[in-house]
Amino acid sequence: MSEFLQQLVFGLAIGGVYGSLALALVLIYRTTRVVNFAQGEMAMFTTFIAWSLIENHGFSFWPAFFVTLGIAFLLGVGVERLVIRNFEHSSHLTVILVTIALFVIFNGAAGWIWSPEQRAFLGPFSAAPFDVGGVAIARQDVGVIAVTLLTVALLWAFFRFTKLGLAMRAAAVGPEPSRLLGVRVGWMFAMGWGFAAVLGAVSGMMVAPIVFLSPTMMQAALIYAFAAAVLGGIESPLGAVLGGLLLGVGTTLLGAYVDVVTPELELPIAFVVLVLVLLFRPAGLLGRVVVRRV
Amino acid sequence: MPLLELEGVQARYGPIVALHGISLAVDEGEVVAILGANGAGKTTTLRAVSGTVATSGRIAYAGQDVARRGPEAVARLGVAHVPEGRGILAELTVWENLRMGAYMRRGAAVKADLERMATEHFPWIDERRGQQAGTLSGGEQQMLALARALVARPKLLMLDEPSLGLAPMIVQELFQVVRRLNEEEGLTVLVVEQNANIALDVSSRAYVLEVGAVAVEGSSDELRRHEGVRRSYLGY
Repeated sequence: MSEFLQQLVFGLAIGGVYGSLALALVLIYRTTRVVNFAQGEMAMFTTFIAWSLIENHGFSFWPAFFVTLGIAFLLGVGVERLVIRNFEHSSHLTVILVTIALFVIFNGAAGWIWSPEQRAFLGPFSAAPFDVGGVAIARQDVGVIAVTLLTVALLWAFFRFTKLGLAMRAAAVGPEPSRLLGVRVGWMFAMGWGFAAVLGAVSGMMVAPIVFLSPTMMQAALIYAFAAAVLGGIESPLGAVLGGLLLGVGTTLLGAYVDVVTPELELPIAFVVLVLVLLFRPAGLLGRVVVRRV
Repeated sequence: MPLLELEGVQARYGPIVALHGISLAVDEGEVVAILGANGAGKTTTLRAVSGTVATSGRIAYAGQDVARRGPEAVARLGVAHVPEGRGILAELTVWENLRMGAYMRRGAAVKADLERMATEHFPWIDERRGQQAGTLSGGEQQMLALARALVARPKLLMLDEPSLGLAPMIVQELFQVVRRLNEEEGLTVLVVEQNANIALDVSSRAYVLEVGAVAVEGSSDELRRHEGVRRSYLGY
């Protein structure tokens, strides 16, 4: 029982990481209809920046965390304004190629600047476990869950309750009418990329202490994030987060309790489940059809 | 000096020329109608003003040249364009749509204005705040689009075919609101209509477009008596 709880909490932590990266993908897809293959590499790149702030510039974790979020926001805005914007009217395939190019560029740049070797990345949470009714729960896992879910909640509140958040949603669902209302739609899209990069940075900085810091550290997470986004419904932010948590818990429990499931099999099994779900619910678990009357 | 002045404005969609050099003027406080058949260039004229179609020629609004400005910039100068098809944000709620109307405004008066619009001018909005706007009926969507344009406190309101697809009662109601705002608050209105009877009722002057150019212009009373206008657009 206590081991089950430990596995469950670990699954939620890793699922929170997948979920926030999946949410980043959904955010960009909803605002600019772009499937951003570079999302994970942008997250990795910003995590390296955090590491560099801590190692080379004397920051402690939390100041480095928040400075990195600011840098990530600017990076996301910059990528949209300088690169993606030029392909606004290009075909889907062209845009996909552009994001794959960004993937390769961020990956190569990280390897070139910081060298491709694996490094330890010390997280903010101590190794000492919590004692919950006699069960030792890793402080690290609880911390990761808290940080990722808090980030998601803050972002949700921003979109739900602020004027800027409303304008960003309006720009996403109706760019033309929004322009007529005075919304600078291009900047709304850029900010969507900025917030997505912030989510990615959070997921990168949370997962780095678990998987070690390296230029390839987000690649498996990105695949899980894509799966989570599609599983939840690519248009549904809540679905992305739930999809991430489901995948995290599901793969962790499978790995722990089904003997034949070695770590090599976790990903393929997750995808078999994903394909089965999509067979029966093509729009994903929380995907919905928008009702319109003309 | 007129509030809005177009001089020799041309516009095209790819190879198709939609406006062959339109000239018209709207004074402050006027209600001006643009009449004409399908494809005469009525919608394109409004789009030229709001910056949603590329043009050549001169477009002056409140003394400024706006011909090469984007729609966001024109909206920020106080031009509210309710486009054909209304431009409702279908996935957002009724109340969120209304709030978006006041996007450009700051200050404490905004909230009171929104409340007043939803309770006094369009009372049904108050009860339907949380409803997804895409599920409203056509008439309600048109009302919401008008309410949303008005909370921006525009100097110039441009309506594109507001009566299209609506029941006569609702059309009456809609134009009553427009007339009241014109009389009480001096709102300047440029309205495109296929329904010439209604348009001439509410407007003081009108332009008749034919194949992308002004064919007839005059006061609404003159146009009502004009032989050609009567035959082609009024049906008697």
